[in-house]
Amino acid sequence: MSDDRERAGIEVEGLVREFKNGPRAVDGIDLRVAPGEIYGFLGPNGAGKSTTVLMLTTLLPPTAGTARVAGFDIVREGPSVRGAIGAALQEAALDPLLSGAEHMRLQTALHGVPKAERGERSAELLSRVGLSEAADRRVAGYSGGMKRRLDLALALVHRPRILFLDEPTTGLDIQSRTALWDEVARLASEDGVTVFLTTQYLEEADALAGRVGIIDHGRIVAEGTPAELKAEIGRPTVEAVPRDPADQERVARALQPFGERCGATHRGGASVLLAGGESQLADVVRALDAEGIAIETLQLHAPSLDDVFLAKTGRSLEGAGEAEAEADSEEMEVVGA
Amino acid sequence: MSGGALPTQVGQLARRSVLRTLRQPAQIVPALIFPLFLLAVNSGGLKDATNLPGFPTDSYLTFALAVPFMQGALFSVMNAGTDLARDIETGFLNRLALTPLRGAALLSGLLAGAVVLGLVQAATYLTVGLIAGAELVTGVPGALTIVALAVSITVAFGSIGLFAALRTGSGEAVQSLFPVFFVFLFISSMALPLDLLQTDWFHAVASANPVSYLLGAFRSLLIEGWDLGALALGFGIAATILVIGMTAASAALKTRLVRT
Repeated sequence: MSDDRERAGIEVEGLVREFKNGPRAVDGIDLRVAPGEIYGFLGPNGAGKSTTVLMLTTLLPPTAGTARVAGFDIVREGPSVRGAIGAALQEAALDPLLSGAEHMRLQTALHGVPKAERGERSAELLSRVGLSEAADRRVAGYSGGMKRRLDLALALVHRPRILFLDEPTTGLDIQSRTALWDEVARLASEDGVTVFLTTQYLEEADALAGRVGIIDHGRIVAEGTPAELKAEIGRPTVEAVPRDPADQERVARALQPFGERCGATHRGGASVLLAGGESQLADVVRALDAEGIAIETLQLHAPSLDDVFLAKTGRSLEGAGEAEAEADSEEMEVVGA
Repeated sequence: MSGGALPTQVGQLARRSVLRTLRQPAQIVPALIFPLFLLAVNSGGLKDATNLPGFPTDSYLTFALAVPFMQGALFSVMNAGTDLARDIETGFLNRLALTPLRGAALLSGLLAGAVVLGLVQAATYLTVGLIAGAELVTGVPGALTIVALAVSITVAFGSIGLFAALRTGSGEAVQSLFPVFFVFLFISSMALPLDLLQTDWFHAVASANPVSYLLGAFRSLLIEGWDLGALALGFGIAATILVIGMTAASAALKTRLVRT
């Protein structure tokens, strides 16, 4: 294999997928993922994320456009692409009647791992994803997190250079999600694996991805590092919650001079987009103090990827509600403590 | 890595198929019990048929013992097809498609489960039938030939199940084939020899139905002795069904797996 291909990532130009009697699921996307990079592909359900993954993994021919994965053309060099990639698709496609070890045995054999190495490779990967003890149990008894981890191990048996993960943490609890993030981050940083990760979780893209592409209705509406994208939105939000809920309107009036009002918050406070940025926070504190309002909590919210999505598409990202509710409940516990 | 050799791929998928079959008692038990139950009912209720002039044996049980082998093969349509349809529905087929797996390995491997089921079924039906008093004029070599024929038919019918699964992608659709196949069994020489069927249309349909000749091959070994013509017809029909089934399944697999 040439060095160029060893170093190649993902290059996509004008990729389109049209289904019969349906809209364009993917509508002419362009993107580039550098070798060793974690690229987050963020979008709501039905945006075109999984269709893109199916095309890039050669399981679905594109209607138009071109793409090269690991230096190979996805249409003309399908077998070479498949040899260079690993994939954990949207549903952890496992056989409930087989054990984890039996899955590994099947996958290593089908990928042509030499017989003498299969056992060692399987044990190594099962250990890495924390499934050594459960290796001989049938998958039917695995939790969602265990299935996802086995799915990841199966995708790695042939040491792929590029890994596609399609919503790998959907439905997982926070602990399982974090464990999977750690492993994905390790794969990229230590093993140099290029990761193409689709997700509808904002914090997942934020935590893992070096760069993020936001897709909506089959088109990429924004692309860049999470920091760059948030910087496009620019202004942070300050939220103040009075100790006495009756003071909510007074708080809103006190904040009004600092920027565009966002309205009442669900915690009984008020918030504004700080026109002058976070440097205005001290002035906000002084203004509230001058009004003599007792404040329960005062928080500065940096722009989130959801703000980016909202700015680019005019609506909030599906699933963001869940994630934010989770984050909120943690925040409330800290405040309460 | 360029992928495992074809025998390795077939072997691994066969192993999975066999494990799946053995770990699903709900697949094996009905396929064993139901045909034996019908054998008991038919051989008790229709035993006076042996008084008809020209009936080939005094034991209706011996005559009817051919039927469970066919019924067992019908179960393999459902079992092999349903397993593959489940792989399609759950996305497991996509997992396999991402490996350097060859289509021939997938289909052959999947039929390995049908081979095991066919072996278990044939051995059980024959053993129970002989214990219950059925005759076997060809002795042990005949018993082995019966098992071989039963396995061949089971695999042939299983290939039709694979085709149905690949064409529809639905376990329910595969299961809906079962009654259709059962009708083929009933409009054959299942209850009486072809030359004793008096109703013209039924005689015509049963004579055109390949199932009658598959039954005839079993009966030749149980009742008449070594009839090479009947055996050639039985194995030939099984081989023909297998070739048609696998050709159709291979084409359907290409359509199903649109990988580039």
